Amino acid sequence: MRLLLDDEQQAFARSLDAMLTAADTPSVIRSWSAGDPTAGRALWSRIADAGVFALAVPEAYEGVGPLPVELAVAFVELGRHAVPGPLVETVAAAMLLTEPETAKRLLPALASGEVIATLAPEGSYALDGDVATVLLAVDGDDLRLAPGHGPVRTSLDPARRLTRLDPGGELLARNPPLPRALTWARLATAAQALGVGLALLDTTVAYVKQRHQFGVPIGSFQAVKHQLADAKLALEFARPLIFGAALSMDPADVAAAKVTACEAAYATARTALQLHGAIGYTAEYDLSLWLTKARALRTAWGSPGECRAMVLSGGLSGGGRRS
Amino acid sequence: MDLEHSPTDEAFRAEARAWLAAHVPPTPLPSLETEEGFAAHRAWEAELAADRWSVVSWPAEYGGRGVGLLKWLIFEEEYYAAGAPGRVSQNGISLLAPTLFDHGTEEQRARILPPMASGEVIWAQAWSEPEAGSDLASLRSRAVRTDGGWRLSGQKAWSSRAAFADRAFGLFRSEPDTPKPHQGLTYVMFDLRAPGVTVRPIGRLDGKPAFAELFLDEVFVPDEDVIGEPGQGWRVAMSTAGNERGLTLRSPGRFLAAADRLVDLWRAHGDPADTALRDRVADAVIGARAYQLFTYAHASRFLQGEALGPESSLNKVFWSEYDIALHETALDLLGPEGELADTGWSEGYVFSLAGPVYAGTNEIQRDIIAERLLGLPKGRR
Repeated sequence: MRLLLDDEQQAFARSLDAMLTAADTPSVIRSWSAGDPTAGRALWSRIADAGVFALAVPEAYEGVGPLPVELAVAFVELGRHAVPGPLVETVAAAMLLTEPETAKRLLPALASGEVIATLAPEGSYALDGDVATVLLAVDGDDLRLAPGHGPVRTSLDPARRLTRLDPGGELLARNPPLPRALTWARLATAAQALGVGLALLDTTVAYVKQRHQFGVPIGSFQAVKHQLADAKLALEFARPLIFGAALSMDPADVAAAKVTACEAAYATARTALQLHGAIGYTAEYDLSLWLTKARALRTAWGSPGECRAMVLSGGLSGGGRRS
Repeated sequence: MDLEHSPTDEAFRAEARAWLAAHVPPTPLPSLETEEGFAAHRAWEAELAADRWSVVSWPAEYGGRGVGLLKWLIFEEEYYAAGAPGRVSQNGISLLAPTLFDHGTEEQRARILPPMASGEVIWAQAWSEPEAGSDLASLRSRAVRTDGGWRLSGQKAWSSRAAFADRAFGLFRSEPDTPKPHQGLTYVMFDLRAPGVTVRPIGRLDGKPAFAELFLDEVFVPDEDVIGEPGQGWRVAMSTAGNERGLTLRSPGRFLAAADRLVDLWRAHGDPADTALRDRVADAVIGARAYQLFTYAHASRFLQGEALGPESSLNKVFWSEYDIALHETALDLLGPEGELADTGWSEGYVFSLAGPVYAGTNEIQRDIIAERLLGLPKGRR
């Protein structure tokens, strides 16, 4: 029993963090939101080169996975830097492409970053359908390669470009493993949300130390401290749920991690907004890029209610309980 | 990273499970906050101790099994899953014993720990005073030097278990005029039945005497009952305030078992259409697992030699607020029956309400999180 990242996993996180810090993600996010994905595509390639998408692809198809713990490590960093694009959807797509023919055709390109995939759950939007080159649509029991997409709808998170996929298209699989893809999508979303929340906390802690009112840093006020303590508390109890879920990949464990991480990130976003005051409420201040993502991730790939229902129907792992 | 316990740890789990299955009383004991219940819980401590299950993490010479933190966590999971009674010796085992291991003498350990392990001597804590709660260092009870020991005078308040306990431990001011309030304090153990001690039990919210006021009038304490150096009591008391003690004050096993029982209750009484209540039940299940995994993660850090300090404040705020939410959910599920005072859930509810106040209020814990984990500047409280 050892619930700690090993040295290699920690080094992986640090190298991604360093690469993404140097990439100046706020400017990438802003041009992505404005409909110019050039910088975003370049960043996507570098993320693929770092081996992130290969974690979701089996070795037989030029990946190294599936490795859920490492994937969660990576997605915490992607969230910490609010990287735009259908990151979670590409992972979920990889989980659906299990038919040998299709897998051989698409998975290597997905692992290498050559292909950006998105996925529309039945009746829902596909994230960034205008940028993705492989558009997967779930249609009843069928998985199809959608022939195109409708107009871009703006999300509350401007970096998330929502599209409807056009009906029809090539049939890729009958009865694809949807529950498996959902579990992986939720794990990645949970980890991404944790990263978003950690970044919001760090930014806000730095802000309240330097912002002075009444002649002192506002971070010395107990009313401010306690809100940040609660954010820290929520995030630190979400973290082990994510890694515990990555170890079991049990759908109920993952649902528990998803709802907890997303609620922690969202609560942290509310605190971050409040403690930044009016500047935090502006689109021009970079904080907004994280604030809006925390809201969007809450309902992406399973609302809080759906996740809680899954926890009770499945039951969580955990030793010592009556069996 | 893995969550698999080793075969020896699993063998230990099986041994604990078998013993508990054969010994746990089939019906719950009376509340330990009553005279009758206190005696019943004391007898249970003796039964645990007879087979060396009362203090598994202590060395064998003091009645334990010398097991590490992971086996202790496993024992606790099994203990509460088996529905075993609450621990009347908790104050001594989790607060005084770690201090004796770190700062006591060999003589003190040999004299004090075995009867603590067997329940023969049950300990109360004597920290707070009427004017010293969260600001504990402002305490005024005195220890005055005398031949062969000290004389204690003053008033202690909110002394948990003191209504029926045998002895108590706490801090006393042995040097009156120090530059800072936490200097000149001495860590002392004393007999609650010694001449000069008056114990006035205080009824908690439901009237049960869960704590007491202590009036001390020139109570003699021999030198051998001082822990550490006189005047260094603050350091002695606080050095075990963080570290693994933060992980062992409330074990995850307790909450995993309670969440399990809550799910049973929900399946039996819950209205499937009431999704708000369903969500609260789910949160209880998730919270117990989160607390377990948080504890395993911190135990892993501790076992690889990292010092843990302020992290125990995260732990304390979490379990104390979790415990209340869980019991509130249970009472809501029970509907009209939830109002009855003589159910296990209502007893647990009343007990849980004190959690955010004792062992350092949650306001103080949040200050510690903000200042020591987040690095925010100290300010006026």
